[in-house]
Amino acid sequence: MEDTDVVVFWGSNAREAHPIFFHHAMKGIRAGARCFVVDPRRTGTAEWAEGHLPLRVGTDIELAHTLAREIIHAGLVHEAFVQNATEGFEAFRAHVEPWTLARGEEVTGVPAARIRQLAHALGTAERAQICWTLGITEHHNGVDNVLSLINLALLRGHVGRQGSGLNPLRGQNNVQGGGDMGALPHKLPGFQDVENDAARARYDALWGCKVPPKKGWHLTEMFEAMRAEALKSLLIIGENPAQSEADAGHIRKLLTTRDILVVSDIFMTRTAEIADVVFPASASWVESDGTVTNSERRVQRCRKALDPPGEARDDIWILAELSRRLGRDWGHPTPRELWEEMRSLSPLHGGMSWERLSEGEGIQWPCPTEGHPGSVVLHDRLWAQPRQGRAAPFSCTVGEGPVDELTPEYPMRLTTGRRLDEFNTGVQTGQYANPMRRRETVELCPADLAAMGVADGDTVRVTSRRASVLAMARADERLSPGLAFMTYHDPDDIDTNLLTIEATDPKAGTAEFKATAIRVEPLGAHGHPPDQHAPHA
Amino acid sequence: MKLVPLEIDGQAIEVPEGSTILDAARELGVDTPTLCWASTLTPVNVCRVCVVELEGARTLVPSCARQVEPGMKVLTDSERVRTSRKVVLELLSSSVDTSTAPTLRAFAARYGATPGRFGPVAPPAGLNERDAARAGHHHSSDGACAESVHQPRKVDNQLYIRDYGKCITCYKCVEACGTDAQNTFAIAVAGRGFEARISTEYNVPLPDSACVYCGNCINVCPTGALMFKSEADLRDAGNWREADQTTTRTICPYCGVGCTLELTVQDNRIVRVMSPPEVSVTQGNLCVKGRFGVTYVHGNEPAGE
Repeated sequence: MEDTDVVVFWGSNAREAHPIFFHHAMKGIRAGARCFVVDPRRTGTAEWAEGHLPLRVGTDIELAHTLAREIIHAGLVHEAFVQNATEGFEAFRAHVEPWTLARGEEVTGVPAARIRQLAHALGTAERAQICWTLGITEHHNGVDNVLSLINLALLRGHVGRQGSGLNPLRGQNNVQGGGDMGALPHKLPGFQDVENDAARARYDALWGCKVPPKKGWHLTEMFEAMRAEALKSLLIIGENPAQSEADAGHIRKLLTTRDILVVSDIFMTRTAEIADVVFPASASWVESDGTVTNSERRVQRCRKALDPPGEARDDIWILAELSRRLGRDWGHPTPRELWEEMRSLSPLHGGMSWERLSEGEGIQWPCPTEGHPGSVVLHDRLWAQPRQGRAAPFSCTVGEGPVDELTPEYPMRLTTGRRLDEFNTGVQTGQYANPMRRRETVELCPADLAAMGVADGDTVRVTSRRASVLAMARADERLSPGLAFMTYHDPDDIDTNLLTIEATDPKAGTAEFKATAIRVEPLGAHGHPPDQHAPHA
Repeated sequence: MKLVPLEIDGQAIEVPEGSTILDAARELGVDTPTLCWASTLTPVNVCRVCVVELEGARTLVPSCARQVEPGMKVLTDSERVRTSRKVVLELLSSSVDTSTAPTLRAFAARYGATPGRFGPVAPPAGLNERDAARAGHHHSSDGACAESVHQPRKVDNQLYIRDYGKCITCYKCVEACGTDAQNTFAIAVAGRGFEARISTEYNVPLPDSACVYCGNCINVCPTGALMFKSEADLRDAGNWREADQTTTRTICPYCGVGCTLELTVQDNRIVRVMSPPEVSVTQGNLCVKGRFGVTYVHGNEPAGE
């Protein structure tokens, strides 16, 4: 980030959601990098941008196509890179041809001049970083959104070199590591395909068992399977789906009707409350040893600093005991033993000995051998002459707009996000003496409030096609007309996810948290609604 | 990379262009004291304890900021350097509560500082009294006692305290809050001369200021003027027991940036969270969640009034 010419935050409020990453971006910006922010809201991140592109929620693909067409028409395509490293450019060029600046402005709501400015910044930069977060992925077509950003990077070769890249900023400390370790329905540890017989055979041999040869369900498919009564028993580890999932009311019904629901967590969450059995777990990052992988693919050591309270046990101990009682005794392997086994199976991690990870500040994969320093830059193969591996494809994606359509009955767009001092459903951040804590509100632009006859601070009812919640309305001039903003940091009080829609991306399974159709009605009262906090069971 | 030859205390050395005299001195193993310097911050040259004698220069120069030039001849331990450092440390030690500044105290001992020679320390100011001082209001001391910045600490939130009776105005917190890291600009130096002090806008309490409680100011404070409230409370109770503490590095449990947390633990409780400056991801910084939001492992701690 420090060595780049252009930084684009697209659907990312890194200033609040990834503050220390944003420090690195600020170093780049202070060294002369141009910053652009694509976000419906003028966020804290946007305040540092040369250009803010406030697009209508769910028009990312159209905006990306408009940018691409402008780069192509201005003659700014990196021809040599496109020829060497990519495929499908001619079809893509034809696909985006209708996306003139004028049409882009009409569909996305972003002034044509600002689209042009970003296109030319990307098109003329030697190096550029395109960073995104849930503003891109929490849509029913999140994968297509990502592919559309990849198109932009490929046009100018903004990938695979120091100072250039596509950066999905991970929202949780081990989202990357969970995937690395095979906590995905279609992958074994090290991202090896579970349906590849040769790959699976190596795991079968070491584990002395048969790994199921077919991929499993991702989260959304699990809920589908619960609906169809194909999934009757559930073990949930460190997750609070009763509050974190979209259309939470529906999800709670599914969870409460299982044959058996087992929850392993460090707190008695709302999900744990409805479980048949709860395993008190330790806080892995500080009450046991292990690793996490951050957004830059850096495997990092977590270390035990505290003894867990009461009967709380480490996740590994819980799983091993569960396995033993289900008839298979794994013993009680240490984190180090598990790591060493994992790296013997995963070529990406092959060179990362426990000692190496423990000595330094971690190693970035791929790191195939113990002499390998790890990889700061990924995809540099695309710049090799001749190119190594397969070509990077352009994708002819099609914008569809959000599933939850705006109608006269539900005329406003609700989008959700995170605040600096809070985290997800507040299970953790609800518990420190936070001077910035405030009760959740629904934020609207002053013009919308005035049109509804609602004063800043009035109580309103927010209704989607699924549910209603009461909240205090707050004026926020950083929002455009027609746009409302809420978080789901305090669902015990204001349960925002009752409103959101469970429309999900067919490939990633991510729900469309970012685009809910709502209406907002005044209640003739002022201030916060009565506090909804009820004591936990 | 171009190398620059110079001489320090009679020893020849070559260091990369752009290095400071401090870099070169450390390369030679010369232990040069610093208070306002930090590897992660832009040098501001305010504490003057790192000054060295440069042949041909009229005044002593701050080694932390002065870049090397070919042929420089530097003395780091001359009589003039030692005297200057001694007086600086005497002025600081006589006017500031150094009880939680072991590094400063060690420097003072090394240079034979005798802060008592300025007379008894002036009585402390009242709460916010120094903050009310206006430019030109300073009355010169009559010499009967040593001027001081002693004053009650500011406690306006449950996360950290500001004890400006311990502040040497080294400016590190302002830099960490500003362009060198956080870019929040909640604090700045207000006043001039002996009235110079660190302040929020209009001296408002932290909850009314731009502060976002990242605590990056605490991370760089060299004197304990900025301190976790958990640490200050334990010290007040006489229960801060360094011999019974452990320090462990682990990774923050929140977002995917992967910040290294250095946890100080006493009696199985996290009592302080710091960020090591040499780690590339964090460079000594954290956000409010990593700094203060990790105590959830001890259960609920509702915000105070």
